[in-house]
Amino acid sequence: MLKIGSYEFKSRLLLGTGKYPNFDVQKEAVEVSEAEILTFSVRRMNIFEPSQPNFLEKLDVKKYILLPNTAGAKTAEEAVRIAKLAKASGLCDMVKVEVIGCQKTLLPDPVETLKASEELLKEGFTVLPYTSDDVLLAKRLEDLGCHAIMPGASPIGSGQGIVNPLNLSFIIEQANVPVIVDAGVGTPSDAAIAMELGADGVLLNTAVSGANDPVKMAKAMKLAIEAGRLGFEAGRIPKKRYATASSPMEGMSVS
Amino acid sequence: MELVINGDKLEVPNTVETVSNLLQHFELEQKVVIVEWNETILEKGSHQETRLCDGDKVELVHFVGGG
Repeated sequence: MLKIGSYEFKSRLLLGTGKYPNFDVQKEAVEVSEAEILTFSVRRMNIFEPSQPNFLEKLDVKKYILLPNTAGAKTAEEAVRIAKLAKASGLCDMVKVEVIGCQKTLLPDPVETLKASEELLKEGFTVLPYTSDDVLLAKRLEDLGCHAIMPGASPIGSGQGIVNPLNLSFIIEQANVPVIVDAGVGTPSDAAIAMELGADGVLLNTAVSGANDPVKMAKAMKLAIEAGRLGFEAGRIPKKRYATASSPMEGMSVS
Repeated sequence: MELVINGDKLEVPNTVETVSNLLQHFELEQKVVIVEWNETILEKGSHQETRLCDGDKVELVHFVGGG
């Protein structure tokens, strides 16, 4: 079970809801993924098109935990406002703190992320900050009381996979709260590696929504995350420089 | 009455007296919509009692897809 704050989840896949080809594909991908946590963004409504469809309306929201992000925020203050707007919906009290410090790399601003997380914890939110793979920053966020730490594998939407497995493993080893690898996952094997490193979950979006067949990829990610987790729990064999035979040398039938 | 809604100046009929009326006016009352009124985020329960005045700034936001 994945425990985040007072919540418990069977699934270790957190799925983003952006950029799917259409709502039907998205709905099927969400179902197939078996994700229980779905991320959303908060944006202005187009008030002149009230009939404009919204993915949230296609979902049975009681079946999912909504994880609004603060994407678009460049400062702690903006992130706190977005989080409060999301909470005022009455649909959620979790928030993915996302304060972007650089528009080219979309890497998070560590100082503003820390400030926003601190403020939102004081306000009683369940706080999951998206952070870089900085080991000490992850520790500082945990010390503040964050309910999970979400280090990026590589830049958002880049599909580069895990560029610094060493840092991720340090973050995972030191953490006493769940570590969810968020951003940069491109393939099922990336997700499996994250889980084999001991991550408690993986949050991804573009890897599924941008795949040629998002539904199939959603299933692949679900299976990869389950496989990676099982592998981590089972414990891998140590690497050796030379071969060790799997078959016994004794009792060979030779003429 | 003129309001500033999502950054744009808009004229609304005088029958729009409260935030609830405003949501009805734009046919948003059945939607998941979050209202910020003059930089105060409103809980759903206070939509009906929040009276609008000329020049008020209203933000109407909702959830969209995102990662």
